[in-house]
Amino acid sequence: MSDKLLVIGEVRDNDIRNVSFEAIAAAKQISADAEIVGVLLSDNDLTSAGEEFIAHGADSVITVTHENLKEYTSEGYGQAILEIIDELSPNGIVMGHTSIGKDLTPKIASRLSAGLISDVVDIEKDGDDAVYIRPIYSGKAFEKKAFEDDFTFVTIRPNNIPALEKDTSRSGDVTAKDVDIKDLRTIVKEVVRKASEGVDLSEANVIVAGGRGVKSADGFKPLYELAEVLGGAVGASRGACDADYCDYALQIGQTGKVVTPDLYIAVGISGAIQHLAGMSNSKVIVAINKDPESNIFNVADYGIVGDLFEVIPLLIEEIKKVKA
Amino acid sequence: MNIYVLLKKTFDTEEKITVQGGRIEDDGAEFIINPYDEYAIEEAIVQRDAHDGEITVVTIGDEDSEKQLRTALAMGADKAVLINTEEDLEDGDQFTTAKILEAYFEGKDADLILAGNVAIDEASGQVGPRLAELLGIPYVTTITSLSIDGAAVSIEKDVEGDVEVIETSLPLLVTCQQGLNDPRYPSLPGIMKAKKKPLEELEIDDLDLDEDDVEAKTKTIDIYLPPEKEAGKVLEGEIADQVKELVSLLKNDKKVL
Repeated sequence: MSDKLLVIGEVRDNDIRNVSFEAIAAAKQISADAEIVGVLLSDNDLTSAGEEFIAHGADSVITVTHENLKEYTSEGYGQAILEIIDELSPNGIVMGHTSIGKDLTPKIASRLSAGLISDVVDIEKDGDDAVYIRPIYSGKAFEKKAFEDDFTFVTIRPNNIPALEKDTSRSGDVTAKDVDIKDLRTIVKEVVRKASEGVDLSEANVIVAGGRGVKSADGFKPLYELAEVLGGAVGASRGACDADYCDYALQIGQTGKVVTPDLYIAVGISGAIQHLAGMSNSKVIVAINKDPESNIFNVADYGIVGDLFEVIPLLIEEIKKVKA
Repeated sequence: MNIYVLLKKTFDTEEKITVQGGRIEDDGAEFIINPYDEYAIEEAIVQRDAHDGEITVVTIGDEDSEKQLRTALAMGADKAVLINTEEDLEDGDQFTTAKILEAYFEGKDADLILAGNVAIDEASGQVGPRLAELLGIPYVTTITSLSIDGAAVSIEKDVEGDVEVIETSLPLLVTCQQGLNDPRYPSLPGIMKAKKKPLEELEIDDLDLDEDDVEAKTKTIDIYLPPEKEAGKVLEGEIADQVKELVSLLKNDKKVL
């Protein structure tokens, strides 16, 4: 009998987050011939999101629509997912290592008396068995982990396991399931949006991040311009957030977000160890800093020692030229 | 109010990591209270001072863990509990830890349990929510504000930079995020007092647990250091030329443009 893996997707503003597509790809790496059942939850109709999930590799999708699923709560999502697990008896679950993934999966694992390997960045196969690689000690080391029994439960770090090509010719059932979501003991009264519009920092392919060297909130303007030209997002070091140059929503580091974009451009960032913890696994790192002794040059692939207010405008022009 | 704090000792952030035979070498390493657990201790003190009650700090560790517990007592916690698993457990995981804590909390009537949102070593963030589920109480992770009025609780939670305002009730488990408070340093009188505060040591036998009950669900096969990164290239020449070279390298060598 082949495996059945649940992939719990996340819907935000009616769009599925990219990390959820990556979770489907991860499930296929764990077990190539597994049946992949997507799970999507919302207070809205999810038919088209379900079809999108199938186009990205799910074999079928179960949706639960309920007014108590408007905002994520561990109890509301937990009730829906545990009922689906009860019905389908899957061999495993894959989800993104996001705010929701981190909050929800330990609860489900605890209920199932299952292991959970979180924040996975790569999957290897040892015969039929999957081996999971995850960073530890803030990315200063890696561990390889496996399950003791045959239930798989992992969360994957965004931007590390590539999603499959979208294939709209794929077909599969999208089934709406009725679950009564009730007796919630935690209620979300309000959500104050602070994270910037546009490209999601944890899923961005390109990040332009500023530090204290940017000197002011105004100083971030050229960084936004550069990010826009590159189709990327803007981030910041803790120093820049503490100095009020930008909101904490942009903070990258040990506290704040952990990111692994293809290209990370650190501007006016000294490279404190807490910042490196959040970005040192980025594929290509560029450092722009006035101080040639800055620690950031030790992790950078390419460095320019110079004044960012001189370098960034030139960089924007040059990138526009090659992108044209 | 009956307040508990879950504490883990971790490597000092600045500590260099070395690996020996697939394990992290910890001989001679400096250990600290996991930085996120410091927010939990501070918040416990603030809440106790506002609502009365008692703070018990609980850790699972070895005899060296007393140091971090004494620090928490010196900050202002009232009692400490060390569940010493050094002799009984070889390789636990988050399932193991949560099961041990579940057994510890049996009959304890905790009103509020605080933990760090993640430990900076293994960074799983699982133990808090797992324990809440085992105890059948609600939990909120990554909190940045906590206000308690009777049994009613209002919380601000960090969600990838956005803020959720959450209403819930005691008993409750929360995990603490940066921004919740500024942890105090132990005062000298605090350090003196801490030496006399009660510190109870337990083993898993004392909790009516067998090794089998807490056997890990996952195993660590190997630990290794990331490949040594080749020294980066600091560009030279006129700034305008450096920028041209950089863009060419990004486009042609690294293919990220």
